[in-house]
Amino acid sequence: MDTEILEIRQHMGRFPPFDVLDDALLDEVAGRVEVSYFQAGTDILHLDQELHELCYIRSGAVEIRRRTGELYNRLGEGDIFGQFSLLRNNRVRFPAIALEDTLLYFIPKDVFQHLCEADEHFADFVELERPRLEAAVEEHRKANDMIITRVRKLLTRYPVLIEASTTVQQAARQISEAQATAALILDAPDGDPRHTFTDSEDRAWRLRGILTDSDFRTRIVAEGLPPDTPVGELIGNRPITIQSDESVHEAMLCMLRNNIHHLPVLYRRRPVGVLHLSDIIRYETHSSLYLVSNIFNQSSVEGLARLAPDVRAAFVRMVEEGADSQMVGSALSSIGRSFVRRLLELAEEALGPPPVGYCFMVNGSMARNEQTVVTDQDNALVLSDDFEPTRHDAYFADLAQRVCDGLDACGYPYCKGEVMATNPRWRQPLSVWKRYFDEWIDSPTPERLLHSSIFFDLDSAYGEEAYVEQLQDLLARKAPQSPRFLAALARNALNRTPPLGVFRTFVMEKDGKHNNSINIKRRGTAPMVDLIRVHALACGSSAQNSFERLDDIDKTQLLAPGAGGKLRYAMELLSMVRIRHQVYDLQHEYVPDNNIEPENVADSERHHLKDAFQVLSHAQKFLKYRYPIPPHSGRER
Amino acid sequence: MLSHRLARRVEGREWPTYLKQRAAETQSPLLQRFFAAGCPAPDTPIGEAPLVALDLETTGLDVQRHAIVSIGAVPFTLDRIPLARRRHWIVRPSRPLSRESITLHRITHAEVEAAPDLAEILPELLETLAGRLVVVHYRHIERPFLDAAIRARLGEGARFPMVDTMSLEARRHRLSPWARLRRWMRRPPVSIRLPDSRRRYGLPDYHGHHALVDALATAELLQAQIAHHYRRTVPVHELWS
Repeated sequence: MDTEILEIRQHMGRFPPFDVLDDALLDEVAGRVEVSYFQAGTDILHLDQELHELCYIRSGAVEIRRRTGELYNRLGEGDIFGQFSLLRNNRVRFPAIALEDTLLYFIPKDVFQHLCEADEHFADFVELERPRLEAAVEEHRKANDMIITRVRKLLTRYPVLIEASTTVQQAARQISEAQATAALILDAPDGDPRHTFTDSEDRAWRLRGILTDSDFRTRIVAEGLPPDTPVGELIGNRPITIQSDESVHEAMLCMLRNNIHHLPVLYRRRPVGVLHLSDIIRYETHSSLYLVSNIFNQSSVEGLARLAPDVRAAFVRMVEEGADSQMVGSALSSIGRSFVRRLLELAEEALGPPPVGYCFMVNGSMARNEQTVVTDQDNALVLSDDFEPTRHDAYFADLAQRVCDGLDACGYPYCKGEVMATNPRWRQPLSVWKRYFDEWIDSPTPERLLHSSIFFDLDSAYGEEAYVEQLQDLLARKAPQSPRFLAALARNALNRTPPLGVFRTFVMEKDGKHNNSINIKRRGTAPMVDLIRVHALACGSSAQNSFERLDDIDKTQLLAPGAGGKLRYAMELLSMVRIRHQVYDLQHEYVPDNNIEPENVADSERHHLKDAFQVLSHAQKFLKYRYPIPPHSGRER
Repeated sequence: MLSHRLARRVEGREWPTYLKQRAAETQSPLLQRFFAAGCPAPDTPIGEAPLVALDLETTGLDVQRHAIVSIGAVPFTLDRIPLARRRHWIVRPSRPLSRESITLHRITHAEVEAAPDLAEILPELLETLAGRLVVVHYRHIERPFLDAAIRARLGEGARFPMVDTMSLEARRHRLSPWARLRRWMRRPPVSIRLPDSRRRYGLPDYHGHHALVDALATAELLQAQIAHHYRRTVPVHELWS
């Protein structure tokens, strides 16, 4: 990043729609801006003049008028205008006048177009044909959501940077002078490019660590260290950090997971700020996410179970505030994972530390970050290869029992198919898991395919993440080279088909039969997830979330151009119909389920549902054709 | 020789003649190209003149003792400041860097040591400035420092017309009858420093002391000054010095 355009990118990064752009795109915009000053009262855009730039208000105020001259809108710092002209015929439809002395940033059309293509939020924002004010209200709501708000939006100042050779006394002085509560400690690079960054002038540094107020108390004063101790002697070597375009939500989880209050924020490898837990708490208005910290404060299963109603309340509130299926899915999965983590911590407190390393693996919707409130648990234990059943299994059986019972108590019912860590078959060392995966891929049988569809959505929730990563890698390496497995999995993905359509009072099946209701999961989202999984495995993606898998698939030639976009749309629609149905059930005090009754679906949604089912149906047909059974089955590379 | 003496008091309409003369006399091909490109004709309306905002960060204020550390430049017009054309150079000062200037410019010894000598970037710098009217805030830094730095490297200096946004502010706030009244009333004079001047025109605060940010800030200030106090048609010779 050029420091010289920092002024511009920092300003734009605070306002929608630029606030959701990733850092690289924001740099591109800032570097191409053209600046111009308008005195109060002067015309900025005339009616019908040609316009090839988007206008961004850096300071001042602008009045937008209608063709007739009547006032249309008033805009201020951080607002944009001119987008409608750019999206249509490059003619100004609404003249603009500087209401105050105004500094504008003009963004050239090619940059604007690139932003629309590269960032969906940006495109949505500028394409909405309605007064900016209204859009702003909605965007504000969205922006408040920690899931999509990026960490950098919370940064208000540069970090205090101190070289490792500085004495603690000097460091204390510098931190006080800056009125900060922490400083980042820099050192000469250690040769590992992953931790080396170059500042704006090509000088190489390594971020050694962070020194906080409390370190002065606990590590210096309490231990009686002399004031001339170099700060480098006090700190570790690999600070926990977060990228500036990660979500605030992720930052919060990171702090909670690691029990830290200060989190250095990096842009690529370069430190751009320090986030304090209070920054998040101050920012956070969304009580659904207080829930996560609340989970970690519980000291018993009973306490955790009492939070179950809060999970449902948070779910309803989120949907009402306009969250999309990805936000809901990722929030609910984070909540679910927090329950898992806390239950494991409590179990370890009771049972003592584990005799060998383990990873608690989650599968199904939690692994995909697609959870809703109607979900049973799918999980397993991947143990260290040092595991000896006779000596160690009693511990892990007990651990699994506690977690699975706890999850059941917290609203995640036991898995009917026994896909749980309590099942000895799914409580195995890594080498056994690798053998399972090899067998399932090399010689698929109906039972193994069923396992594949459950366990091939996998993520670690707690413990040695590397174990599950190894399994993910194995899958990503092996699956693309196993055409017979892909063909079998593709056929398996066709077991559940969508209906023909949904009418006012009934569901029309393909054979002409009518039904009163439809299980939207079984007939919609699940077959869609199955189908996306096949393509994802074929292209060696190790993403778990269906939308992220589609992103990976889009980078290949597996699907016809445009097909990925349609699947994404259909997936979003089916998921939202399902989520909204569950919200409806909760609000009307029914037990939420996946059965939707056509009369409770909005007219417009019914129409879209039919389209989505059609997309799914076509995609299923394509799947069979895309992954044919290889002629010499049984022999693979 | 004559032209060097003349340089100390070139003003108003004489600039093009001076530059032409320097182009004819100079021994340096680099300066020959630069001077031959000249400057906008004295009667060119400011609204039509190609401009370039320039800012130097130096180790101090004394041209005898201090040196240039970084240079920022943005070519622009009264209508547009295109950031894509921005230029920024860090150079190794010919004189040691003091502790104060390090903290001031957020540049460290190590950075400066790795930087090239001004001689290396001089061709690019002169090309960026050539044919454009240079805009600075407080020409008594930019002019003597550049002149001395070029003289030290090419054996002869370089002076050229500059629009000084600080003088434009001074004309309004130091030399006007209103300013004299303030002085008579023993009120403190209006500040004509860059950030204070910008605030009077509703321009946003920038983090100062980065050559490129300050160059951008100066360009914006000129746009604002012309919008408020002049017309686009004012000839450049009424503004430059």
